[in-house]
Amino acid sequence: MIIRNAFRHKMRTILTIVGVAIAVLAFGLLRTLVGLWYLGVESSSATRLVTRNSISLVFTLPISYKDRISRVRGIEAVSWGNWFGGVYIDPKNFFPNFAVEPKSYLELYPEFVLSPDQKAAFLLDRKGAVAGRKLAAKYGWKVGDQITLKGTIFPGQWDFILRSIYRGAQKSTDETQFFFHWDYLNETLKKTVPRRADQVGYYMIGVSRPDQAAEVAVSVDRLFRNSLAETLTETEKAFQLGFVSMTEAIMIAIKIVSYVVIVIIMAVAANTMAMTARERLGEYATMKTLGFGARHIAVLVFGESVIISAVGGGMGVLLTFPAAHWIKTALSQYFPIFSVSASTVCLEMLAALIVGVVAALFPTWRGATIGIADGLRRIG
Amino acid sequence: MESITVKPPIVQIRNLSKSYRRGSQDIPVLMDINFDIGEGDFIALMGPSGSGKSTLLNLLAGIDKADSGQIMIGGVDITSLSETELAGWRSANIGFIFQFYNLIPVLTAFENVELPLLLTRLSRKERREHVETALRLVNLADRMDHYPSQLSGGQQQRVAIARAIITDPVILVADEPTGDLDKVSAIEILNFIDRLNHEFGKTVIMVTHDPRAAEKARLIRHLDKGVLSSG
Repeated sequence: MIIRNAFRHKMRTILTIVGVAIAVLAFGLLRTLVGLWYLGVESSSATRLVTRNSISLVFTLPISYKDRISRVRGIEAVSWGNWFGGVYIDPKNFFPNFAVEPKSYLELYPEFVLSPDQKAAFLLDRKGAVAGRKLAAKYGWKVGDQITLKGTIFPGQWDFILRSIYRGAQKSTDETQFFFHWDYLNETLKKTVPRRADQVGYYMIGVSRPDQAAEVAVSVDRLFRNSLAETLTETEKAFQLGFVSMTEAIMIAIKIVSYVVIVIIMAVAANTMAMTARERLGEYATMKTLGFGARHIAVLVFGESVIISAVGGGMGVLLTFPAAHWIKTALSQYFPIFSVSASTVCLEMLAALIVGVVAALFPTWRGATIGIADGLRRIG
Repeated sequence: MESITVKPPIVQIRNLSKSYRRGSQDIPVLMDINFDIGEGDFIALMGPSGSGKSTLLNLLAGIDKADSGQIMIGGVDITSLSETELAGWRSANIGFIFQFYNLIPVLTAFENVELPLLLTRLSRKERREHVETALRLVNLADRMDHYPSQLSGGQQQRVAIARAIITDPVILVADEPTGDLDKVSAIEILNFIDRLNHEFGKTVIMVTHDPRAAEKARLIRHLDKGVLSSG
């Protein structure tokens, strides 16, 4: 009877289900977006530290710091790099690209998986570069292709030979990065802009145990205190959070919007259920006349609301996957990873359930407490 | 107190009063009603609109509460029962026939008749047997899978009658049972009710405006401005 009641007014029910589905879909996509924003933070390694200029990331550090840093107790590996900021053909073709010290970088970032022969070829070729699988697929790059980036921070046309295409060790690993030999950058700068040579944007430090991170960070920064380029060393997580915090207001706004969407559909569903219950007060009164109690009526109204919301929520969840796939495909330069997590699916279902429960509260109370004589007067 | 029948009274009403509140004013609907109804009686309650007929019927059927007075039905003082107790009592003792049939539109004739049995301990098979018997009694065995919207008014009222008798109640209350029917269907419904009274010994309490319907009753009582008088 609950199911038959739910589909008694087909158009109304279908519209409500579609509304819930769209709201849950929007909620899911917005939550996924928020989750992705923090993905870099969550996937940071606890055994990696980042050392940068204490004034700002814009300011560089001398390459000479490398040896002093590597001597600090507890440090296992040191790598370095620069944000290159090059564009491929057109400025809209944005993807993260770095000049890195390749050997140590790949040791510190085992999540970038290269085939052994491609890795060897990359390490041997000073103009060699590595691209993530998704990035290569997007631009149709193959190993051996020449790729030219137009420098924005380091002006000029920079030619690279694609020596390897990496894949991510985890699903969450970014497969849209591009990196090449720091030496290539540095040697070119020595010829073209010597004052910018021998400078690195940041050092990446590997420690043996996560509990050493704080102590190592303090030790590194102490080394360069009162120097011309003081350092700020922090965990990779804190470093990533620094970027995320710049856009935190936007993320908070997106979070609020995701909740507002649910509140709006909750109001729409509540209105639908209130209308439905009002129309059926006579039937509820009839059922009470026959001996059915308030509990039976409550189950009828509540069940109907929850079924409508569950169907809408289920549809919303199912739609989230193709929608996320479409976003990942069509907007890959902005969202290289757009995977819907299990927790987002749970949140979507929870949101749908809450919509169903909240929408049913007033109509359930109304149906359960209507006086029989009052209800019967509404018939005819 | 007056006695209107020689049969042992199944319904005893004593000093029954009821009023409704409209704004700050109390509007009396029933005033100090006293009468008995014998087992197996067929009584028609008549009177102009607003005279309190339906209110009296509702009180007798335990779907409304009196302000004061006592209603004893089959030895049970229903004015002292809680809502939950009243619900159980109604399902076992009272069969309802409404003016607008009050069938559930999403249920078939069979399911509508079966509805009161869902509150009993009967098995699915037993329920089916009961429902089929009841629908055969009202000549609707061939329409049991039809929804109310697929039935005429007369047929819907027959389904409602089958639903009213499905739990074999002692008393049938009918509120304008022919009020929404054409003449032919009305006669048919009145004949069914009359048959239930004669053949099956059901006590029938019927509210009606229709003098032809009232003629079927053995007793007619009039209500006017909340006061009962004999017909």
